[in-house]
Amino acid sequence: MTDQSVDTAVEELTKPRNQWLDVWDQFKTHKGAVVGLGFLIFITLFCAIGPFVWDVDPGKLDIRNKDVRPIYMAIFDGDAKTSWARPMGTDHLGRDIMANTMQGGRISLAVGWTAMILAVLIGTLVGVFAGYFKRLDGLLMRFTDLVLSLPILPLLLVMMLLFRDPLRAAFGPEQGIFILIVTGIGITSWMQTARIVRGDVMAIKEREFVLAARSIGTPARRMITRHLLPNVMSPIMVSATLGLATAIITESALSFLGLGFPSDFPTWGKILFDSVDRMTAFPERVIWPGLAISLTVLSVNYIGDGLRDALDPRIRGQ
Amino acid sequence: MLTYTIRRLLLSIPTLLFIAFVIFMLLELAPGDPMAQMPLTIPPEVKEKMRLALGLGEPWWVRFPLWLKQFFIVEPQYWIDNTFGTNFANDAQRIISFQSRSPVFDTIAERMPQTLWVVGMSYVVGVLIALPIGIISAYRQYSVFDNVGTFVSMIGFSVPPFFSGVVLIVIFSVSLGWLPSIYDTTHQVMDWDSFVFQLRQMVMPVMVLALQTTAQVSRYMRASMLDNLGQDYVRTARAKGMTESVVVMKHVLRNSMIPVVTVIALGIPSIFGGAIITEQIFKVNGLGQLLIIALQGSDIPMVMTITFLLAVLIVMMNLIADILYGILDPRIRYD
Repeated sequence: MTDQSVDTAVEELTKPRNQWLDVWDQFKTHKGAVVGLGFLIFITLFCAIGPFVWDVDPGKLDIRNKDVRPIYMAIFDGDAKTSWARPMGTDHLGRDIMANTMQGGRISLAVGWTAMILAVLIGTLVGVFAGYFKRLDGLLMRFTDLVLSLPILPLLLVMMLLFRDPLRAAFGPEQGIFILIVTGIGITSWMQTARIVRGDVMAIKEREFVLAARSIGTPARRMITRHLLPNVMSPIMVSATLGLATAIITESALSFLGLGFPSDFPTWGKILFDSVDRMTAFPERVIWPGLAISLTVLSVNYIGDGLRDALDPRIRGQ
Repeated sequence: MLTYTIRRLLLSIPTLLFIAFVIFMLLELAPGDPMAQMPLTIPPEVKEKMRLALGLGEPWWVRFPLWLKQFFIVEPQYWIDNTFGTNFANDAQRIISFQSRSPVFDTIAERMPQTLWVVGMSYVVGVLIALPIGIISAYRQYSVFDNVGTFVSMIGFSVPPFFSGVVLIVIFSVSLGWLPSIYDTTHQVMDWDSFVFQLRQMVMPVMVLALQTTAQVSRYMRASMLDNLGQDYVRTARAKGMTESVVVMKHVLRNSMIPVVTVIALGIPSIFGGAIITEQIFKVNGLGQLLIIALQGSDIPMVMTITFLLAVLIVMMNLIADILYGILDPRIRYD
């Protein structure tokens, strides 16, 4: 009996399980999160690889084939103007909607990811500094509270309107607006991450292994990168998923209010905004981009939910 | 408690000054020019005079304190004068909109009722729906109701208002023709029929905004109820032979409401932000739409004042949430 248990213990020692494998195992038990991850991968591939397969220029005007309905409309209404060459139909200028959705998705997802990474970087930096260095804590957290009490959406609108022309002149129309939107969303959504990271860093700082590391003379830089950051990875990842969801929604909201990208650069929010005027006759043009935004955000939220469970060691053991 | 409240109130003054400064400098440093819309045929010297007439000739360190004085001293004086018929203001210069050349606060007062009516109603409706959902979800955790509730609130988090609003219009206005898609603000409630019309035009904007509130508040309610349902005092109450309804509705609910009340208070400013988009969809001419129009016309005083009012709302709601938390939870003592 005793020998056996020693043997298994030795075996477990010789085959250590990676922590991330455990996390992945727990993540797989959350059905919503797995479906969400699947959908996110699907929509990313659809937008990233789609344009190579569906080789239609999204900006090409084809006035002869304007207002083509999606192909499934032929089932309900035999007289509807449909065409297999335009499976999702065309808009009022004859631009192919499927190509536009792909192109728009590329921009929307790129904005979402970049803004989220920027926000998480700023948030982690502020949070770690405030949590680790006592002298900076008061100052940085007062600043975070101040930024939290700014009215975000109106300020973003002001920024968009006032800085779009100079940035457009400096970096070109698409690049300039991209930089503006990403920075705008990034510098207005890092506060929650900073607060969570600060709290966790302060808790971890009191633990014995940090004391041990300090007693052998670890410098602050190494302390943060080696000991603190790996231990606050899980809250950072969870707030990153939430950040991705809000960044996509904020970008679409700006586009919807007409203050996002110029109309020749489609994003999902922009397509939705352009189609609202004709939604009585062509509701599908509103539904598709809206569904794309909503489903992407929904799947990201579910992934965040699953990640939170998977990264929590108290739940993972069960 | 009182000293804490006073201290927080005093602390909020520098906060608000800082926010006002940030907004002012953002508008000041931005290259947008209120004269950009003017015809190019106006000679430069006339343009310069027009700039001076708009009050743009002075440097920012003169104009910023002036704006502060107008906002915090002159405008309240006019308000008191209007209410009590006194004359404190003495014809002092008010904050004037660049676009309409009328006092900013008069326009805001015109737009305020529509926004408050739609936003306030949606918040009340949202909270009233959310609380029972949260309670039942927590009481029957992992039941069908709970799973459906979780899914619906996930949708509420994920579907942006500009999509849910448009979908509602497509279904209820376009396909079914039950509800008007445009909110008529000139409509006055005189009798039963006009009251019904008012109800019908409010249903969609209110529901769109309420969906967001419901999603958020019901999650918090559920989590808070779950925290309390596992506590020892609940077992004690049951052991004493109290009926289940008394245990849940009196003991657990009261304790669970403490964090939820603060969440409800903190959510009020964000619903005003959401109203900017909702007003745009349903063509409500409220504050949000006013802000968008002012932004497009580079109407700096109007933008500045509305944005700052929103900031005041946020700071005040944070303060109220903290104080409420202290009052409701005897374990929390700030002093």
